[in-house]
Amino acid sequence: MSFQIKKNASVYDICIVGSGAGGGMAAKVLSEAGYKIALMEAGPRFDPANPEQQTQLKWSYESPRRGAGTTRAFGDFDMAYGGWEIDGEPYTRKDDTKFDWFRSRMLGGRTNHWGRISLRFGPLDFKRKDFDGKGDNWPIGYDDVKPWYDKVDKLIGVFGTREGLANEPDGYFLPPPKPRLHEMYLKKYGEQMGLPVIPARLSILTKRIDTRRGACFYCNQCSRSCTIYGDFSSSSVLVKPALEYDNVDLFVNAMVREVLTDENGKATGVSFINKTDMEEYQVKAKVVILAASACGSARILLNSRSEKYPNGLGNSSGLIGRYLHDSTGADRAALIPSLMDRKRYNEDGVGGMHLYVPWWMKDASKHGFTRGYHIEFWGGMGMPSYGTGFGMENLNGLVAGKDGNMKKAGGYGASLKDDVRRFYGAVVGMSGRGESIPQKDNYCELDPEVVDQYGIPVLRFHYKWTDDERQQAKHMQDTFEELLTNMGGIMLGDKPGADEDHGLHNPGRIIHEVGTTRMGDDPKTSVVNRYNQLHDVKNVFVMDGGPFVSQADKNPTWTILALAWRASEYLNEEIKKMNV
Amino acid sequence: MDRRKSIKAMFAGTVTSGFMFSGCLTDKEAELKSSDIAEGEIVAGGGYGRTPEELARDQRLVSETFFNEHEMATIAVLADLIIPADESSGSATDAGVPEFIEFIVKDMPWHQTPMRGGLMWLDHESNRRYDLEFIKASEDQQKAILDDIAYPDEVKPQFEHGAQFFSRIRNLVATGFFTSKMGIEDLGYQGNVPNVWDGVPRDVLEKHGLEYDEKILTQSIKPEERNDVMSWDDYEV
Ligand SMILES: Cc1cc2nc3c(=O)[nH]c(=O)nc-3n(C[C@H](O)[C@H](O)[C@H](O)COP(=O)(O)OP(=O)(O)OC[C@H]3O[C@@H](n4cnc5c(N)ncnc54)[C@H](O)[C@@H]3O)c2cc1C
Ligand code: SF4
Repeated sequence: MSFQIKKNASVYDICIVGSGAGGGMAAKVLSEAGYKIALMEAGPRFDPANPEQQTQLKWSYESPRRGAGTTRAFGDFDMAYGGWEIDGEPYTRKDDTKFDWFRSRMLGGRTNHWGRISLRFGPLDFKRKDFDGKGDNWPIGYDDVKPWYDKVDKLIGVFGTREGLANEPDGYFLPPPKPRLHEMYLKKYGEQMGLPVIPARLSILTKRIDTRRGACFYCNQCSRSCTIYGDFSSSSVLVKPALEYDNVDLFVNAMVREVLTDENGKATGVSFINKTDMEEYQVKAKVVILAASACGSARILLNSRSEKYPNGLGNSSGLIGRYLHDSTGADRAALIPSLMDRKRYNEDGVGGMHLYVPWWMKDASKHGFTRGYHIEFWGGMGMPSYGTGFGMENLNGLVAGKDGNMKKAGGYGASLKDDVRRFYGAVVGMSGRGESIPQKDNYCELDPEVVDQYGIPVLRFHYKWTDDERQQAKHMQDTFEELLTNMGGIMLGDKPGADEDHGLHNPGRIIHEVGTTRMGDDPKTSVVNRYNQLHDVKNVFVMDGGPFVSQADKNPTWTILALAWRASEYLNEEIKKMNV
Repeated sequence: MDRRKSIKAMFAGTVTSGFMFSGCLTDKEAELKSSDIAEGEIVAGGGYGRTPEELARDQRLVSETFFNEHEMATIAVLADLIIPADESSGSATDAGVPEFIEFIVKDMPWHQTPMRGGLMWLDHESNRRYDLEFIKASEDQQKAILDDIAYPDEVKPQFEHGAQFFSRIRNLVATGFFTSKMGIEDLGYQGNVPNVWDGVPRDVLEKHGLEYDEKILTQSIKPEERNDVMSWDDYEV
């Protein structure tokens, strides 16, 4: 059931804020346990199979801008309502910070368009400090999370292969798709360099896992969200089944402002702005779960100020917002002459890479950095869209023409037209995505002056990379260059040097921001306990990336899902024991 | 449903990967496609999944005009010089490129001044050389100007601004053409249809001196098993 309310007299057992990875999982698990749930989502309803919203299988020319990213950051067909900037919902930066914050305002949050790279953290990833002395250990270890990863694998589905690598735990994997042509090149030359080039691990159903969802039919468009639910989105895989229970009420366009508390300091519900009439309402609940994304939840807690909690709810440590960290990222591409003039065939495959390189070194300290990174690949004969055919002057002077003679870069006419055909599918790129070291001094806080259009104080970011991240980016660049050159590639663009931080992206750009409500056993040095529960307020939980002590050289979402499930089961037990 | 049609649709999807298993793709899957929308028809989501705000923006842009007739005529001439018809496909104007460019400069206003100014530059240069507007000059005369601005690595200083403009319009024309229906077909993109990926065609792998080894072949998904529900009975982690 779902509706938008004006006034709500009933008291819910649980109020969940946000319907992305964490909120969706909490809604699924706790609705099955029978609790009366209010699920609050700042954006509209979304179902990829709704013809009004569907973008899957649209052609570039069905968009007047041919799929360009003018209104949606990753292109017209990408399924994120939101982006780096949202009208009426600003955020600010201080001290020359360049942090960028990506938000999706819709049912399912950022899981409608995410890359579906679904990696478990390994044993080392929870205990990095023991190994390299930097940052902090998680209070929990791989063995605590493993059973939940197993359950997530089976519930949601992920393809991959059991490789037995030390810090890249295997899971319950569906069979992977065969590699594409450029990926076979990367495998051949990558392995010659000693890199492990293995099947990617993506939450895409190469095979069915139940009778609700269809198997992937290989359109390469998971970022558009799949109409047959062949990929994982929280909206279709978690929230949709939860809404089939009578005990879940979904509030859409409901922008939560703060958590309400009583005189004893216990949470009693949340207040929110209904975006449809711009009025403020309250929902009463015995337990509040925040899953508004790491920075979104930190913002709600910081805004939940009262006499008892002048610095925000759950903030006796003063650490809410601190230890904010994103993955590192750098990229490079090359023209591969032997991939020119390719024979055409349907190379779409799944909506993502079929192979990747997990982090391969035990110890990188001799290279001047501490933590690792994995490598993602891109290339192939994808659907032409805005940008296809751009920059021919950067390509067609690099190699001999069909007649064997070098050409002047640029040009026009029939030979230019033919060049676009010749180069189609011949550019291959790679992206490093690595682990940064969380810093107490990187944080988000409330901007003392600015509010959004709902009157809610906004976040202000302060973030600086350290040399650890810069040196890691340098190593990425060297690795990319070596591999692409070994493949016979001609590197495109100049190699970014130290003056450009070796191409290291601004923090926030990799969209793995976590750490703002970190987990620990000591209430003085952490915000939540091992079960995502606020140390200060027992009936408030945080189930997004906020509780991460460190982000591994893996993408975060599989761990958000596993921890949300684990925390939800814990909450269920605690309610039964009358502890919350 | 019409069985013959579904087999045809299935064939269209799978034959290109050099592979066809009847039964890999169900009839329902094979029928999935982007909705066909008649011209002028008003459809929810604008026919490509717009939010109400995005749709309103599109409609506003479409109702505005940026280029005047002379500018559009110049763009058309340039577009066909950049992408002419050849034995495989039509020209840029055949593919509606000038209309695409008119929309894009409204959608991306940062193109407006450089485009308008670039077209002015071109007329100025053509007037200077031939005492004729660019579109009135002969094709040889037009090409003589383009030859001075189409090769950015060896542009004479006095043509730098023209070269900047030409790189921009070459981008827009090339992308406008190769993202049109005609251009996508010309490029030979064969996807965007339900199909069953079973790897790179064998002859292509061979040509590149590559092959799927035993490990890849055994571990990868078998097309005919894709609709089976996975069982974890004998699976150990
Ligand atoms: C382009 C892209 C690619 C990515 N690829 C990968 C990948 O391959 N692998 C991976 O692991 N991760 C990936 N990620 C990251 C992944 O999307 C996030 O880790 C994940 O979605 C986080 O889940 P979440 O529940 O914390 O937050 P979100 O998914 O962001 O959901 C938060 C929800 O809360 C709602 N909300 C926020 N504030 C409020 C409020 N005040 N009141 C009510 N509702 C609110 C939002 O509208 C949203 O729906 C990618 C992200 C992007 C953008
Ligand atoms: S690639 Fe597969 S799972 Fe992804 S959207 Fe297409 S059909 Fe669905």
